[in-house]
Amino acid sequence: MAGSKEIRTKIKSVENTRKITKAMEMVAASKMRKAQDRMRASRPYAEKIRNVAAHLSFANPEYKHPYLVKRDVVKNVGLIVVSSDKGLCGGLNTNMLRLSVNQMKNWETEGKAISVSAIGNKGFSFMNRVGADVKSHVTGLGDVPHLETLIGTIKVMLDAYEAGEIDQLYICYTKFINTMKQEPVMQQLLPLSGEQLGSPKGHWDYIYEPEAKPVVDQLMTRYIESLVYNAVAENMASEQSSRMVAMKSASDNAKEVIGDLKLIYNKARQAAITKEISEIVGGAAAVA
Amino acid sequence: MANTVHIDVVSAEASIFSGEAEFVVAPASAGEVGIYPHHAPMVTSIKPGALRIKLPDTAEETLIFISGGLLEVQPGLITVLADTAVRGHDLDEAKAIAAKVAAEEAMKNRTSDIDYAKAQAELSEALAQIQAIERLRKTTH
Repeated sequence: MAGSKEIRTKIKSVENTRKITKAMEMVAASKMRKAQDRMRASRPYAEKIRNVAAHLSFANPEYKHPYLVKRDVVKNVGLIVVSSDKGLCGGLNTNMLRLSVNQMKNWETEGKAISVSAIGNKGFSFMNRVGADVKSHVTGLGDVPHLETLIGTIKVMLDAYEAGEIDQLYICYTKFINTMKQEPVMQQLLPLSGEQLGSPKGHWDYIYEPEAKPVVDQLMTRYIESLVYNAVAENMASEQSSRMVAMKSASDNAKEVIGDLKLIYNKARQAAITKEISEIVGGAAAVA
Repeated sequence: MANTVHIDVVSAEASIFSGEAEFVVAPASAGEVGIYPHHAPMVTSIKPGALRIKLPDTAEETLIFISGGLLEVQPGLITVLADTAVRGHDLDEAKAIAAKVAAEEAMKNRTSDIDYAKAQAELSEALAQIQAIERLRKTTH
């Protein structure tokens, strides 16, 4: 019976691990539902503001916003990396960061300088570790993304674009396709292309009140912010479902391990009992 | 049928109001604007204040407080793109500076410089580990 106590302790410890992963799975499942709702709630705004931006890009107003003007020479690239704050969510951040690093390598071979803006702890510490030029970052977003906390980080990049420090701005995040599937994507934010906005129904120019420039400026800033916010909301939904799936498979694995250990334990116990019986029988036979 | 215009009030985080209205008053940056159906296309920024929506068949007006944003008017559609936070140039600037300073400080505390190749090696190593574990799992069961 020497091994059986050890096996029992082992079973106990795996059971405890399973309890934790099971709890995390359930927490992630309930958070995922909320995160998905939030992701959907942000869609009407994004759609509406895209419509207005599409109209503006076609309306030829007296003022053309820099975000709509394509630059001939691209020397510097900006990248916003959206990741999760916490780990234990499968390959979510790894896949997204791999996509970013590959793209960054391509840019580097093309001789483009890269500045990075990180949203979320994982991406930030990774970018810091690889020695990327991190211009701004925001971490500790919690479970509910708020636009307010993102404004500063986005503005750093938008200012850099306006000042000509970067000529293109990209965003990399994990797109939520469904509960089982999430995909890392790289999307160009600036300059805004016409195809991205879609063509508007009908042609008209607006009356700008008080004048075109400040209104268009505000609209374009809000549009980019809404895109980034959307990416963050989507990334959070991806994070929770990815975590849920990862924790589910961890719980399942733990269950299998427990089953195997129990089998070994029972075998050991049975062997001990058999041995004892044969000893008793042997002893009785010797006495008789 | 009553002469109405559709109005949508949305913010980046939620949809706030959607429905038909007879008359809308918004706190535009240049002063309050009142909009009836079939108004000419217009875009204006709005400052923090109350949005008043007169619904058809009721004497009362619906009040929605918004902390600024944009107002877009098309002949049959009014869209209010509300901000979720009180915004101002100085406020935004302060936030940008705070984000920058935090990043710079974190950069200073960086202990080692690893290039992309090494990072990628690290990544692929982690992936290989995951794959190996998965394979092991499959063969043991």
